[in-house]
Amino acid sequence: MNLGDFSFGNLGHAYLPDKWIFRNYGGEVSRGQILSLLGPNGSGKTTLLKILLGALKPTEGTVKVNGQVAFVPQLFQVAFDYTALDMVLMGRAKNIGLFSQPTKEDEEASLRALEQVGLAEMAHRPFHEMSGGQRQLIIFARALVAEADILILDEPTSALDLKNQNAILEWIDRLARQKNLTVIFSTHHPHHAYAVADRALLMLGESNYAAGAVNDVLTESNLSKLYELPFRRVCYEYKSQSVETLIPVLRPTKTALASAESY
Amino acid sequence: MFLKKYIAYTLQYSQRRQWLVALILTFVLLATIVLSICIGPYPMSIWKAGSILANLSLPWSLPVDLPWPIRELTVIQVIRLPRVLLATLVGLGLGMSGAALQGLMRNPLVGPDLVGVSSGSAMGGVLAIMLDWPPLAVVFLAFVGGLLSLGATFRLAQLAKSSDGIGLILAGIFVGGFCLSCVGLGFFLANDAQLNAITFWLLGTMTKATQATVWLVAIPTLGGGAILMLLRWRLNLLSLGNDDAFAIGVKVSSLRFAIIVVVSLIVAAQVSVAGIIGWVGLVVPHWARMLVGPDHRKMFPASALLGALFVLFVDNFTRVVLRSDVPTGVLTTIIGTPFICFMFWKKQTKGWVGD
Repeated sequence: MNLGDFSFGNLGHAYLPDKWIFRNYGGEVSRGQILSLLGPNGSGKTTLLKILLGALKPTEGTVKVNGQVAFVPQLFQVAFDYTALDMVLMGRAKNIGLFSQPTKEDEEASLRALEQVGLAEMAHRPFHEMSGGQRQLIIFARALVAEADILILDEPTSALDLKNQNAILEWIDRLARQKNLTVIFSTHHPHHAYAVADRALLMLGESNYAAGAVNDVLTESNLSKLYELPFRRVCYEYKSQSVETLIPVLRPTKTALASAESY
Repeated sequence: MFLKKYIAYTLQYSQRRQWLVALILTFVLLATIVLSICIGPYPMSIWKAGSILANLSLPWSLPVDLPWPIRELTVIQVIRLPRVLLATLVGLGLGMSGAALQGLMRNPLVGPDLVGVSSGSAMGGVLAIMLDWPPLAVVFLAFVGGLLSLGATFRLAQLAKSSDGIGLILAGIFVGGFCLSCVGLGFFLANDAQLNAITFWLLGTMTKATQATVWLVAIPTLGGGAILMLLRWRLNLLSLGNDDAFAIGVKVSSLRFAIIVVVSLIVAAQVSVAGIIGWVGLVVPHWARMLVGPDHRKMFPASALLGALFVLFVDNFTRVVLRSDVPTGVLTTIIGTPFICFMFWKKQTKGWVGD
């Protein structure tokens, strides 16, 4: 097993004896790859991520990790109004002794990480004053400063506007390709998985999942089963290139319905 | 290079301010201690009080022959110095335990009084008094009572899956209410001598100050305080919440347990000598946050020093101005309440963020 490799098998979690959220789940991702996790609300995405992180003991099954893991939680409220630098500095916890305080080197590393996400000038601004996208980037910087090999993100795009969603996807891609980090993230957007992930895991049901390469797993039929909505493959132009993605067939607009009825 | 310059500036700025505030507060506290010793029903000049203090604290006697009457020496050595030091230590301990509890429970509206540790200590202490145990055993039982009640509060909130918000405070009220009822039961069952001793638990006074009680408070407060001081950056990490703190590599449960034990020890020592001094641990950390921001590295020492200053001021007020020994704990609660109400209003209207 190489540094940064991650695999889990026969994984199951029951919130009460014999009340399983999921069972017999398995998957793997190797160094520098991105694994995306898709599932409807209540399918146990966050539970699975917590188990992968090691914060929660699975009822059965094993998780094999080689390397340091860092976690980027869903956008959260901090009880105290720390500055961006204070937040990033916390990522150094593993490198700092129990009774020690962060040193100048730790602060410098944190400022460099903030620089990398383009927020160096915000170092002394309170975390609460920042936009959702900026906060997410600061938590990214915190993961960077931890010098982790594996990054686990819980719905990194769900609380953000479209522009920031795109920016976060760019970042996930860059971290995996340039820093050779293994990334695992959960999302509600099949397109996000399609856009950056190499592998996908679809939480279809209690002991029913689909895992594998994105192109094999993210199919019309799988996604239709997952979200109970029909999906269509569509082509669109991106930077004068023709690309394709999968979109859900949602309820059409009122005007479109009206004009369809008039025919 | 911009970044390099920026880094240098930042570090200088933040560290200089951190030390400057701590330095100023320490100086103000020391000055207040000396001034407090000068004032009272028998006023003395700073020079006189200072030379008596120096003679008491230095291992050798001063070279000059200082002709003070034995009366002044007694006033300082037996009455004022213990009382002033006791107030300082009590405030120091409450400021530290309040800051630690708020960080630990990631809730700026908790304090030793609200999470049941003060009442738990009082219960333990009353039990020891009822059994006619010596003072050291009173401290010990107060510690056990405080630890148990703080643990019970935390566990109850965890079981109710609300270990940071309003659930924690409610759990504290349940546990604290139980402990105070036990204290009430003690009232009912006690004989006259015990009743006299128990009464001050509920009110909180510094009138029991002697050299022995000062030591009794000083050792746990300064020892525990030193541990908390070393762990103060870890309070930042714990304030992120269980999962997130775990994810960045903190051993959450053992660290939290260690801090709970230390906080219980400090509060128990304080309660067993001076009774319940209300609201200090809740209010003072807010002042510290206003002064230096929420980072516990700066805020923790500031909270400790401000706590000492606050209790010392209030105790001086009752001792020198009122001259009737209105219990200090009653006064801190009366003074603290408007601040708490203001904080509460601010938190509710502006969200649960820092100051």
